[in-house]
Amino acid sequence: MDLVQISNQKKPTGAGKHYWRSVNELDGTAKLEGWLDQEFPAGPVNDSSRRQVLKLMGASFGLAGLVACRRPEEKIMPLSKGVEDLVPGKPLLYNSVFVHAGAAAGVRVTTHDGRPTKIEGNPDHPYSEGKATGLAQGALLNLYDPDRSKQVSEKGNESSWEKFGAFAKTHFDGVGNGDGLRFLSQRVVSPTLTSVREQALKKWPGAKWVEWEPVNNDNALAGAQLAFGNVVEAHYHLDQADVIVALDSDFLNLDSPTVLPARQFTRKRKVTEPGDAIARLYAVESQFSATGATADHRLRLRAGAIAAFTADLAALVGVGESKTLSGEKERKFLAALAKDLKANEGRSVVVAGPRQPAEVHALAHAINQTLGNCGKTVTFTQALAEPMLDGLKALAADLSGGKVSTLVMLGGNPAHDAPADLDLAGGIGKAQTSIHLAHNANETSALATWHLPEAHYLESWGDARALDGTVSIQQPMILPLYGGRSALEVVAQLAGLPSAKGHDLVRGFWQGQWPAADRERVWRKALHDGVVANTKFAEAKVTAKAPAAGAKAPGTGYDVAFHPSSSLWDGRYANNAWMQETPEPMSKLVWDNAAMVSPATLKALGATQGDVISITVGGKSIEAPVMVQPGHADQAISISLGYGRKNAGRVGDGVGVNAYPIRTTAGLHIAEAQVAKTAKTHKLVTTQEHFRMEDRPIIREATTAQYKEDPKFAEKMSEMPPIDSIYGYHSYEQGYQWGMAIDLNACTGCNACLVACQAENNVPTVGKAQVSRGREMHWIRLDRYYTGTGDEAQSVSQPMTCQQCETAPCESVCPVAATTHSPEGLNDMAYNRCIGTRYCANNCPYKVRRFNFLNWHKEDEEVQSLVHNPNVTVRMRGIMEKCTYCVQRIQEKKIQAKVEGRREIKDGEIVTACQQTCPADAIVFGNIKDPGSRVAKLRHQERNYELLAELNTKPRTTYLAKLRNPNPELA
Amino acid sequence: MADLAIKPPLAELNPPLVEGNHSYSTVTHTVSGIVERKTPKQWFIAISISGAITLMMLGMIGYLFLNGVGVWGNNSPVGWAWDITNFVFWIGIGHAGTLISAILFLFRQKWRTSINRAAEAMTLFAVACALLFPLIHVGRPWRAYWMFPIPNTDLNMWQNFRSPLLWDVFAVSTYGTVSALFWYVGLLPDLATLRDRARTRIRQLVYGVLSLGWRGSARAWRHYEMAYLILAGLSTPLVLSVHTIVSFDFAVSIIPGWHTTIFPPYFVAGAIFSGFAMVVTLMVIFRYAFQLEDLVTIKHLENMNIVMLATGSIVGYAYATELFIAWYSGNMYEKFAFLNRTTGPYWWAYWTMVSCNVISPQFFWFKKLRRNIPFMFVISIFVNIGMWFERFVIIVTSLHRDFLPSSWGYFRPTFVDVCTFIGTLGFFTTLFLLFVRFLPMIAISEVKGVMPAPGASERGQH
Repeated sequence: MDLVQISNQKKPTGAGKHYWRSVNELDGTAKLEGWLDQEFPAGPVNDSSRRQVLKLMGASFGLAGLVACRRPEEKIMPLSKGVEDLVPGKPLLYNSVFVHAGAAAGVRVTTHDGRPTKIEGNPDHPYSEGKATGLAQGALLNLYDPDRSKQVSEKGNESSWEKFGAFAKTHFDGVGNGDGLRFLSQRVVSPTLTSVREQALKKWPGAKWVEWEPVNNDNALAGAQLAFGNVVEAHYHLDQADVIVALDSDFLNLDSPTVLPARQFTRKRKVTEPGDAIARLYAVESQFSATGATADHRLRLRAGAIAAFTADLAALVGVGESKTLSGEKERKFLAALAKDLKANEGRSVVVAGPRQPAEVHALAHAINQTLGNCGKTVTFTQALAEPMLDGLKALAADLSGGKVSTLVMLGGNPAHDAPADLDLAGGIGKAQTSIHLAHNANETSALATWHLPEAHYLESWGDARALDGTVSIQQPMILPLYGGRSALEVVAQLAGLPSAKGHDLVRGFWQGQWPAADRERVWRKALHDGVVANTKFAEAKVTAKAPAAGAKAPGTGYDVAFHPSSSLWDGRYANNAWMQETPEPMSKLVWDNAAMVSPATLKALGATQGDVISITVGGKSIEAPVMVQPGHADQAISISLGYGRKNAGRVGDGVGVNAYPIRTTAGLHIAEAQVAKTAKTHKLVTTQEHFRMEDRPIIREATTAQYKEDPKFAEKMSEMPPIDSIYGYHSYEQGYQWGMAIDLNACTGCNACLVACQAENNVPTVGKAQVSRGREMHWIRLDRYYTGTGDEAQSVSQPMTCQQCETAPCESVCPVAATTHSPEGLNDMAYNRCIGTRYCANNCPYKVRRFNFLNWHKEDEEVQSLVHNPNVTVRMRGIMEKCTYCVQRIQEKKIQAKVEGRREIKDGEIVTACQQTCPADAIVFGNIKDPGSRVAKLRHQERNYELLAELNTKPRTTYLAKLRNPNPELA
Repeated sequence: MADLAIKPPLAELNPPLVEGNHSYSTVTHTVSGIVERKTPKQWFIAISISGAITLMMLGMIGYLFLNGVGVWGNNSPVGWAWDITNFVFWIGIGHAGTLISAILFLFRQKWRTSINRAAEAMTLFAVACALLFPLIHVGRPWRAYWMFPIPNTDLNMWQNFRSPLLWDVFAVSTYGTVSALFWYVGLLPDLATLRDRARTRIRQLVYGVLSLGWRGSARAWRHYEMAYLILAGLSTPLVLSVHTIVSFDFAVSIIPGWHTTIFPPYFVAGAIFSGFAMVVTLMVIFRYAFQLEDLVTIKHLENMNIVMLATGSIVGYAYATELFIAWYSGNMYEKFAFLNRTTGPYWWAYWTMVSCNVISPQFFWFKKLRRNIPFMFVISIFVNIGMWFERFVIIVTSLHRDFLPSSWGYFRPTFVDVCTFIGTLGFFTTLFLLFVRFLPMIAISEVKGVMPAPGASERGQH
């Protein structure tokens, strides 16, 4: 019996498409064991047989990290018989789970020959629906980071897992009931780790386990506690709401751990006919966020004034007493907003952001309850975790009080990112023994006695809960490249559990949860689907109390608000070049963070962009370059966390400014600061330097009312003389004719497509100096334009990639015919033929062509090439490249259709990488000659337009104009 | 002859083309003497400086080949910058030589004789400098030969004949070939003179081989004249066609500021303008250095200044037309491109160009100024600078801000850009220094043709 037969026989019988999985699912069955014994007899093989040579070769490849091993046995067996599903050159897809901001999102990992090369959302996961955020996709590159820790070290000296094991055995046997033992981990959302934690704490009753993440949702949890007397998680159903109010909440991008809110919101904003109603979004915020940019009405208000605004809003809808803390402009906004909310009772929702204090969250809950939204647009379940700051405070006190003898830090970088007033860095030094598990030897590792290399989530077994409780199993795709272990395995080892193998722990835990008869099937289905069935939390019935204390008016100083970085998050992705080069969605800043201020504040500071200012909070100060953000609130500063790392690695060291030194327990999210200009300047680099549209009809926008009145408004905005050719045009009637439609009304400018393209198409990164020369290589970029005046700016963004013009200006000018048109309407690029005159790029009116000015891979280490998609050429220096509509994906599906004997590729079968991941479903690709295709239908919508149509380039990519739904009372 | 007051009015209008008491023999002596005398110390100093600069250029090209085009300041959206600016600049310089030797020859402008040799040499050397850039500016220079329609197994297909860059390849290579032939044919009688005067075996051999057995027989002269006329006829359309096709690189594109029909005549006028400026610069220097004031007279220089005044005014008119059409077209992109040129981040380049190219030649309306050698030298330098900036303005300011403001950028040169350009100046100077040292820089036989017929007493040994 061969493996294929076993595989076929053991396939789960559940519904849906099934993917081949590795031997680990099949082990434990008598048939397989018998087969294995037969194939690989136990004991050493003494003669140098062919088989032994093959085994050794396989094992050494495995050690070199070139071959995947997802087998829990953690050893490699070469395939002596071909496996049907494992076709060389064909990727295998696995479902796993990515934890971000303390919540899980299901991912589907593409592996080529055992190398994970791309992360996509798991379509079956309720929080992914097939989509993934830029961070979730970009985190892949950390797996291949050559700066990752490669070995265990003790006090800076090389050591090994064996030595650590020996040490741990004696050391942890001697900690007694664990009075001096403390664990400090990141947010634990893994049921298995929770159970292992319980076992450890049972063994050491005196020990304490503290969680810390610098970007957390403590305020939301505390707000729920205030409102309901109970820590619950609020779930907003934005697709049920007609009026949405975001109070300092960037739920479309940064302030949401997953893509779900963006998906729900954009579903409610989709328009197919001119009369279609769409949701109305109000945003009140300090920093200009993706949510604020999408909003129909946006009120810029310094972060510290939003509490007062919320109190006033609450009063207007009937919660609490009116204090009218807000100013004139705010009152007009408030009145209209309150009226709109009341008119949409049960169909509206107020969402407070994680930086706002608990009172604002409590008020938002009360407003939602008064408006009858609870149970309709917002529901509640138990929360995944408790607030974490108090635990950290207690730990810091214990550390400085000398009460901690052994500190085990599982991941994270607490010495760097804990609130500055806790002086955790100093405290760690006071513990006699400190152990730090981390991907990189970071700032905290430098203080710890033991540093242990941590396995990447794609290298280790685990599990994680999504916000609604749904559990996903995290399965490894590859053996740990550098011998790292997961937090789960380390805790199990320290606690002396019978097995400290990730697979045994996770599987063991879940097998205990299921009825014995069904275990195997459920386990395999959970692995296959990427979700464990029936693990959702039950809905909690809660009633909000009227909030007790009133909000106070903001202070007179500057408000400084600490945001997670859209690229580096809290600093954990600092050594990830993809993320460093992913532009901040609004400012387009790369390889830096900055103190973002409004134009008026910049003037008040007497500074110009790039001047360094000092920001002082409670006696501590940092110096940061200042950057203008049109639409930012006055008298307020926003700064991203995660930059200014010292021990991040070669990519992230010294990039940007570390904002943690002025982040204290009192002002964890918003603090009052003194600001002064210094004489220094710093060069800030953006991928876009000009944000005005110069009255050109680039992004076309109308209100829903205008659209109803004049459905063809977008097309009319092109100044088009009658265009004709004396030569006639190529007909493009035969076969598939590929095209793309991008709905600007859906796009939030979140960068997910950009990272997807980077991974799919092996797009190189170039570094800050080269970006400053305008040499970034992104095949898809998000053009950001501001409309309106500098202070009250509105913002729009436009995904811009090769438009695949039918009469492409680039093609006619290439002297060596390196870029030509395919019969299917693709503007093809023959890299091998390109000599690099750059004439095509000059003549491209959309400026989407990218030139390899230098060899961008010159300094790459071997491990970095493992991330490349083998279906896409890695381009050498001196040649031109650009978006291909993911031609490799088109070819793959065409071949598949041919193999399956089909004549036609179905609509939606081919998805480009950008389209695949777009949380807003703004990008649709397909055959424009097929009238039934989604892309053809979109192109027939009235708001469809061709960009720069007046040049007669006949682009295959068209745009659907943006719509806003303003409140007539605020117009 | 020095005292013009006693000359009849006709002679005042048509002053003699050779001044001083020159006979055929003294002309031969004067010109050949430069080549035959002991090499002056100054020449060695000059060539060591220019040679060093040439070596720097080679070093820069080596650095470029090792690392890629990224060592220059080119970026997206400015794909072409100093590289193509320098290419067009040098090609333009060349045009004066061909114009002087071919068109003025056909128009029987006898004053051309004493400057045509040097001007043609300048053409060749300028074309050599120019040809460098299309070859080195490509991303993969080791594949640059793919631009030529030569059979090769790498590409195995034809080039794209729709591409103006390919037209460039043909236009410039034709121009280079014809210019070289024309120059060499014109050199034959003078090479023979040098051979006949040679005192060393090496000189006899080298000049003997180079002069292709020229004996100066009447039959040879008849063939020579005919060949020269044919080559002049061939070169004449090239003066117009080469820069027309170079201008197509821009005019055929769709970029506002490039996409204009005025480019061919505008480029040709500009090329002649810059070429004459370069001839004036060179002749002022070498006429002084080698005491050729009698052969290259103030009349020659004045004539060239008049050509500069005429072509400079055409160029100024073209600038004005561009602005007018940008406004009159009603095309917002076109309008913006020219507004951006004049007032955008590169305003200084535009106004440098206008001051140097439009304003400075206007001084030549005054006879006193156009006969003032230091003054014309300064103006010719200004024109050289201005014409370099013209190409920079056209190329860089059009590219740096085109249709979508999101992609707008700014170009800053790197030291490699600067050193490569300075290097070509050194390369050009080196070639010219070698030329004046080893070849007659004035066409001896042609100058004699425009001198009054010699009296019996003046019969020379020639």
